[in-house]
Amino acid sequence: MSTNVELDLTKEDSNDGINFEALQNEKIAIEVENLNLFYGDKQALHDISLKIPEKKVTAFIGPSGCGKSTLLRCFNRMNDLVDIARVDGAINLNGENIYGKGVNVADLRRNVGMVFQKPNPFPKSIYENVAYGLRLQGINKRSVLDEVVEWALKGAALWDEVKDRLDDNALGMSGGQQQRLVIARSIAVQPEVLLLDEPASALDPISTLKIEELIHELKEQYTIVIVTHNMQQAARVSDYTAFMFMGDMVEFDKTDTIFTNPRKKKTEDYITGRYG
Amino acid sequence: MEKGLFTKHISQQFNEELENVRQKVLTMGGLVEEQIEQALESLSTLDSDLSKEVIERDQKVNTYEVNIDEECTRILAKRQPAAGDLRLVVAIIKTITDLERVGDEAEKIARMANHIALSMDNSLPSKKQFGAVMNLGNHVKSMINQALDAFARLDVDAALRVAQMEKTADKEYDAITRQLITYMMEDPRSISPALDVLWSARSLERIGDHARNICEYVIYLVEGKDVRHVSLKEMQALASSSENADN
Repeated sequence: MSTNVELDLTKEDSNDGINFEALQNEKIAIEVENLNLFYGDKQALHDISLKIPEKKVTAFIGPSGCGKSTLLRCFNRMNDLVDIARVDGAINLNGENIYGKGVNVADLRRNVGMVFQKPNPFPKSIYENVAYGLRLQGINKRSVLDEVVEWALKGAALWDEVKDRLDDNALGMSGGQQQRLVIARSIAVQPEVLLLDEPASALDPISTLKIEELIHELKEQYTIVIVTHNMQQAARVSDYTAFMFMGDMVEFDKTDTIFTNPRKKKTEDYITGRYG
Repeated sequence: MEKGLFTKHISQQFNEELENVRQKVLTMGGLVEEQIEQALESLSTLDSDLSKEVIERDQKVNTYEVNIDEECTRILAKRQPAAGDLRLVVAIIKTITDLERVGDEAEKIARMANHIALSMDNSLPSKKQFGAVMNLGNHVKSMINQALDAFARLDVDAALRVAQMEKTADKEYDAITRQLITYMMEDPRSISPALDVLWSARSLERIGDHARNICEYVIYLVEGKDVRHVSLKEMQALASSSENADN
């Protein structure tokens, strides 16, 4: 990636693109405080402070390697799985630091679900995919599972398409259906937060629109954070947008503002396709 | 273009945004129609309270223009509308500019009415001189009404009919001008009020022009054809040629 010297952030103005006033009528679900993340010697996130509003869609946009996925993975401690990753700072979920002592990471990941770029259903039946998280929790009663599977598949706008073939292998579904199945699997355990990492980038345009419409419906119940390369997608689905560049949070504001009148030139350059 | 085309997107929210902005245009249109009506009324009755109301209410029309513009900007930035959706947004942005100007013309007429009412003396052109102006007024009010109807129903034929009506408006305006010139030559004291009447007629004639513009946007919206700056005949030919192509 070629980067221009003039694009570098000067530290003294690094915060004036962050407009938390836009959030004054929102309840805050997640609060990130001075988060730094290092992969070995290399710092991937620089002093990020951010607030994620409850039951809204917040999008992270930015060029490849800007740290948006890294930041997203911090919210359910997926970076714990990377040996060389080291985090300092705090991420408060409902006022509790998820990096604090005594946090049960399995519980955290149940509460903060994640959907990845490529749909990753298990090589099991559609039914068992959705029931998986509940079985992990020791819930095996058929009537409970039936109810939750139907509820989750309806929530993921998939029920009508699969209700007659719940015992079919999930790998036989189309990509768009698989991605909605994975979303159903995530919501089956009733998380508070859904993290979506490029949820539609492997899908065709129509499946993409269906996922976007689903996101719009899901935000009634869940706090959603989405990472996307596709800034038009961010514009369409999100209420708030954060623009990141080279590990820094450059601008945060209402999506309407970011896409019609951003504060920072760097944001404008990115969303208008002048670099990135 | 099919009717109801704007409400068949996978994204329910996009449907709502387009429908919402379209409705706002129609509401703004209704308000503007009312402004013309009241302005004419104030001119015929020389009711200066009524004319003041019209003048004040123009601010409301302006607010509609600003709000709808903002909404269109947001839709363009966030949805990247294409084809019919794009033409709808473009047509709306243009239509509201014309509607806002119509509002301005109504305000001007109300100002003239107020001016005539305040400077009323015996040299005033008698009511019958307003007769022709009222005719013209009703004619262009009906043009705006039908143009908005054509917009609401995506009706090309109705749009063409309104465009034809503009000729009559022009003719009536010419007649009023000649008539007023006669009065002014007869009696120089009538010059000042006659000029007020003339300006009002001029405003009405402009309203007719705006109505035609709106019809051109309707044809653009439905057929995708730009029919500005062409004669009425060419306009009809352009609008119907694609209908034949469809069949």
